[in-house]
Amino acid sequence: MAGPFTLEVPRGAILAISGVSGSGKSLFLRMVADLDPNDGEVSLNGASRSGLAANLWRRRIPYVAAESGWWAQNVHDHFAADQLERARGLAERLGVASAPFDGPVDRLSTGERQRLALVRTVILDSPALLLDEPTAPLDPVSVEKVEAVLRERAAAGAVIILVSHDPAQGARLNARRLRMVDRKLEAET
Amino acid sequence: MISLSPIDLTLASALVALDAGVSIALRLNLHRQLLWAALRMVVQLIAVGFILRFIFTLNSPLATLAIVMVMGMIAAREIAARPVHKFRGLAGLSISGATVALATIVTAVLALTTAIRPHPWYDPRYAVSLVGIILGSVLNAGSLTLDGIVGGVWRERSAIEAQLGLGVDFRAATLPLLREAIRRGLLPIINQMSAAGLITLPGIMTGQIIAGMDPVEAVKYQILLMFLLAGASGVAALTVAELSLRQLSDARQRLRLDRLR
Repeated sequence: MAGPFTLEVPRGAILAISGVSGSGKSLFLRMVADLDPNDGEVSLNGASRSGLAANLWRRRIPYVAAESGWWAQNVHDHFAADQLERARGLAERLGVASAPFDGPVDRLSTGERQRLALVRTVILDSPALLLDEPTAPLDPVSVEKVEAVLRERAAAGAVIILVSHDPAQGARLNARRLRMVDRKLEAET
Repeated sequence: MISLSPIDLTLASALVALDAGVSIALRLNLHRQLLWAALRMVVQLIAVGFILRFIFTLNSPLATLAIVMVMGMIAAREIAARPVHKFRGLAGLSISGATVALATIVTAVLALTTAIRPHPWYDPRYAVSLVGIILGSVLNAGSLTLDGIVGGVWRERSAIEAQLGLGVDFRAATLPLLREAIRRGLLPIINQMSAAGLITLPGIMTGQIIAGMDPVEAVKYQILLMFLLAGASGVAALTVAELSLRQLSDARQRLRLDRLR
């Protein structure tokens, strides 16, 4: 198991967690999302996790894994009809053209998959986001585009907790930086 | 009825030897498996023949219940053993046991109290034979569906968790898998019903005709049995799918692959 963790993140703040592989970063995000069994208490904007059905909790604090999962054949089938145009616009902003957006998932590159998985999450307009290495497979231009979108979400009041191996990313996002060491969180020096 | 002598059976066994010969000639490496299976079949059926003769002589509800329970437990064990990734502990056996019990009791009781109505109702000649046939279908539908659910959840785990991570509830995230697994479980009985009379003459009907029954009467029995088997397959597929998906999740709608080994 990991922790215990005691953490308070103000509205609109970005928290960047680094650490070596296997230190427990992804596990931490999954525990906050309640995807793995854990004993912790988490609340968001005053609402306790235990007081909400699990799916409603995750709707408020969605989680994107480092390797995104897909459940339909075509990319656009992963979006509700009323969200499709907004998703397409956001994908284009992140550098994913309309051809891949309207094509099958198995033709997507790793970077396109990651950006489209982020689009799936950002359009929910949730008050918090849990992102596991959202820019790991991306080129510097795409990283910049993703970071701009994340800054916008934070400016709109969303809490963002992300795992990143890029030491400069936390600084670029003006994030509070923490390091996971042996499944415990430490302030980065 | 024409009675079979040991010589008749020995002559027929030459056909199995022929299969083994083909296996050796073509280097299929199946001859040992084939001969072992044939030997097992002979021993199992002879044993069952003597056990049934004994149970029929006893004509006791307890003895009937005992043999039906043993048959059910063997079927449950077979269903639980089928998936590559099995449930840890006794969960798999509990799921398959509940599936076998529900599907068999519902259909056998329906048949014994409405269409067949033997006297006494537990007459082992009817009850044991009926349960045996029903268990075959329950075993097919249950094991195919369980394998579909467990294998599917394992294969699609990242897709399921991606949906859970976005706030989709577990039921909705696994619904396509549930549908596919139940469809898979029901295919054998659908094929069996479609082929009956055209491509195959079902075993029960053939047996009754050989034993001297009027073909139309034998057909009526077969139709009744097919309906019972369709019902048993449906109940088994639905029950095993529901219970296994419940076991693969928890109160917080997580995907609990840690419950598999």
